[in-house]
This record gives sequence, C-alpha cells and structure tokens, in this order.
Amino acid sequence: MTAKDLRHPLKVARGLGASHTGVHHWWVQRVTAAALVLLGVWFVIVVLRLLGADYVTARATLAQPWNALLMIAFVVATFWHATLGLQVVIEDYVHTRWKEVVALVTVYFLAVIGALASVLAVLRIALTP
Amino acid sequence: MADTQRPLSPHIQIYRWQVQMVSSILHRATGIALSIGTVVIVYGLVKLAGGEDGFNDFRRIVGSPLGMVLMLGWSWALFYHLCNGVRHLLQDAGAGYQIVQFVRSSWLSAGCSVVLTVLVWAYVLTAGGAA
Repeated sequence: MTAKDLRHPLKVARGLGASHTGVHHWWVQRVTAAALVLLGVWFVIVVLRLLGADYVTARATLAQPWNALLMIAFVVATFWHATLGLQVVIEDYVHTRWKEVVALVTVYFLAVIGALASVLAVLRIALTP
Repeated sequence: MADTQRPLSPHIQIYRWQVQMVSSILHRATGIALSIGTVVIVYGLVKLAGGEDGFNDFRRIVGSPLGMVLMLGWSWALFYHLCNGVRHLLQDAGAGYQIVQFVRSSWLSAGCSVVLTVLVWAYVLTAGGAA
C-alpha cells in the first residue's frame, strides 16, 4: 500500500473490491475454461468416434467408466462455465433491475436442470446393463 | 440509464471495425450460441439413456439437413470459442498485449477455428459418414 492509496486498510485487506465477491467469479470462469479446453477436445474426439454408431455401440462406449466420468465432468464444467458467461452478458446488457434478476435466475434454473438431467442420464447409462 | 450531464463515450457504431473488436464480440456471440447448443447434448444423453427408439429419433433429427447445418454452426462456434478462449487465457497470464500481437492472435484464433472446423467436417463427410 503506497502513501497515495486513499482506500481504508481494511478495504484492501478484505480485497473484495466493487464486486463484493473479489475475483471469485473471474477465477472460476478461468478454471472451468482450462478444464473445458481438455474436456472439450475429449468430447469432440468421442463424438467423432461415435459417428454413425448404433444404439448398442454408443451406449456401450459411454458406459465405460472413464467415458462416463469424463462426460459428467464435461457437462458440469460446461453448464458452470456457461452460467458464469451468460451472467456477465446479462449484467452488461440488461439495465432494468427486475428483468436482470429474472434473467439471471432463469439461467441458473435452466443450467442446473440441464446439468442434473445430463448427469442422471450418464448415470443411468453407466449403471444399468 | 444514468441521467447525468457528463459526456458519454461514443457508441459502438462510431468506431471503425477492426479485428480485435470482432474477435471479442464473436467470443460472446459463440458463447451464447454454445449455451443454447447444450440443449442438443442434454437431449442426446437423455435419449441414449432412455432406449433405442428415442436414440434413433435423436440420430434422425441431428442427421437431418437442418440438424447438420446447426451442427456445422455449433462446431465452428465451439472451435472458435476454444481457440479464442486459449488466447484469452494466455492474455490473462500477461502475454501478447502489444497491439501487433493482439491483432495477430485475433486472426490466429479465427483462422485456427476455420481450419479445425474444415478438418472435422472433412472427416465427418468421408470417414464417418452422416451422423
């Protein structure tokens, strides 16, 4: 802290800034991005290998432990990253507070339902013969 | 909107288009498109878990002309967001902030996304056959 810094020392110590949540949103957005670089490449390869595959082949492939695990990781990271990104877009462009809140909560609800539905589907594929 | 009399910065249509702003706008646009595209992933997984008839419905819809066009669009959106996302991660680490580097990396992420899309669809249309 320099002599010119007019912020209260407590403000600096807390380090939360104008967002009131510090860099948490920014950081999670980057961590999920890094995960999705790897998981996204894996996802594209799996989809390409399953091109034209019938039901039995597709199901057997996704039922393999590694594929089921990585698919769950992929959908969770995807919906998490998408929610954080859409949140920023909504906060930037929706200037009426109640519309902003409705849009944010709608995105949260849809993302959670989408993620849970995907995870449940992968578990059904992986755990039922 | 703020009702102050302070001077405002000029709005977007006043600026000359340049690749740096296009790469930024496209990152948002592809992010929104990919968020909508997650519907296809959820739909495919749920149908695959549900049984053979449902999965065949999914294959037919994705393999239809409209489905293929949407897949082409989403695959490019995925590769663009991936390439430009890596670019942003490198910039977050502090690299590439010279204007000339910034312009070059914008073109690079756009070019890489097109190359990856072409490669994937060349594979789809030759080795893999229609989805």
